[in-house]
Amino acid sequence: MEDLILIWNSLPALLKGMLVTLELTLAFLGLGFLVGIVFAFGQVYGNKFTQTVIAIYEKVFRAIPALVLLFLFYFGSASLGIKLSAFISACLAMGLRSSAYQSQIFRGAIQSVGKEQMMASRSLGMSQFKSIVYVILPQILRLSIPSWTNEFAIVLKDTSLVYALGITEMLRQGRYIIARTYGNSLLIYITVAVIYFILVFTGSKFFSFLEKKFKIPGYETKEEKEGVRAV
Amino acid sequence: MLSNPPILLLKDIRKSYGTEEVLKGVSFELSKGETKVLIGPSGTGKSTLLRCINQLTPPDEGEVWLNGTELTDKKVDINKARQQMGMVFQHFNLFAHLDALNNVKLGLTKVKQMSEKKARSKAMEELERVGLANQASSYPAQLSGGQQQRVGIARALAMDPKLMLFDEPTSALDPELIGEVLEVMIDLAEAGMTMLVVTHEMGFARSVCDEIVFLENGKIVEQGSPRQFFENPEHKRTREFLDKISELYGGSKR
Repeated sequence: MEDLILIWNSLPALLKGMLVTLELTLAFLGLGFLVGIVFAFGQVYGNKFTQTVIAIYEKVFRAIPALVLLFLFYFGSASLGIKLSAFISACLAMGLRSSAYQSQIFRGAIQSVGKEQMMASRSLGMSQFKSIVYVILPQILRLSIPSWTNEFAIVLKDTSLVYALGITEMLRQGRYIIARTYGNSLLIYITVAVIYFILVFTGSKFFSFLEKKFKIPGYETKEEKEGVRAV
Repeated sequence: MLSNPPILLLKDIRKSYGTEEVLKGVSFELSKGETKVLIGPSGTGKSTLLRCINQLTPPDEGEVWLNGTELTDKKVDINKARQQMGMVFQHFNLFAHLDALNNVKLGLTKVKQMSEKKARSKAMEELERVGLANQASSYPAQLSGGQQQRVGIARALAMDPKLMLFDEPTSALDPELIGEVLEVMIDLAEAGMTMLVVTHEMGFARSVCDEIVFLENGKIVEQGSPRQFFENPEHKRTREFLDKISELYGGSKR
């Protein structure tokens, strides 16, 4: 009973932390998406120089641990005399990190859509920009949803790392509660874990809903076809 | 036919990939309403030549003139010029995320800036022309190869091109599906469309086209009327090629 009351009393603080966690997730994924998609096109359609620069960027960000990136952007920038808030540093470190991963998701999708689609739309007299907007993007976004769901889950969970910069997201709120109440660490951490689970689970469900909604007819798997027939 | 000014004029087109010269100076012209068939062994530059015409692959040297405009001129608005040339691809290249109607409609709304309603009825008209009005809401993956190619033709025709380029339109099709695509092409030729067709369909060449151009190793070996070509080819290579082709594809299907 006492345990339940502890959980109940800590919920407001944890939910407040959860909002910060969601905010961070959105910021990281958003920045990662914008930079990632531009870089993906740059890597496929750009000239040799662009391709090389992006390839180096992507390899560097993927090779450095997230925590090291966070420290580099926060403490490193401070020692260079650039004043960045913890939140901005976190966004840059984790958003750019995600962009490196996302650029690879989108690059793969662009390549699997193939040059033929671009040729066909250019042959109609569409500019390269219009071709990307009306022909290539709608296809690569659909193709990217499954891998993107994965990236969403990783980024959401990794927001807990910014705890190290003193940002009061959900994990840090949990730590505060434990410190304040001399409470049961196991209990609080389990509560935090359950909330993470619910967030990732709901998000993944949402993306698989999107995947189904935007599925291109004619590409159903065998099971789905048989399922339709059974109904 | 000769009195017509040429719609398309190629002057000494050259194209290299790395050190390999694929096109070694190709020149010919196409008059309004004429159907020309381009034949030749694979890897001989036929597809490259077609793409040099609409500048999807700009040639290294030479000039392409369409209706008195030089397309190889860097200053030309190539997107505008391409609207006058429809292209049909070997692998159809339909937009995979759009149904048949929207495949045909996309160029009309996004390039020609036609209103939604007008574009829709124009697209339906073109689908009807290729006999696919009843498949308007099918997606490419739900259509047979022959149907996909007919949608591809409708998509190109919707732009009201002055010239149609066909890049081996039946090579990727099962034999029983070739007929329906050829039929559409024959109708088109008979309706007076100007067409440049890369194909191995000798039946089509023999019965429909006005002139055959035999391309080998990036050069024109021989060109002439189908009759001259099949009955009395000038060059030994032409004869050898025709023999090989008729062995593979059957002499004349039509």
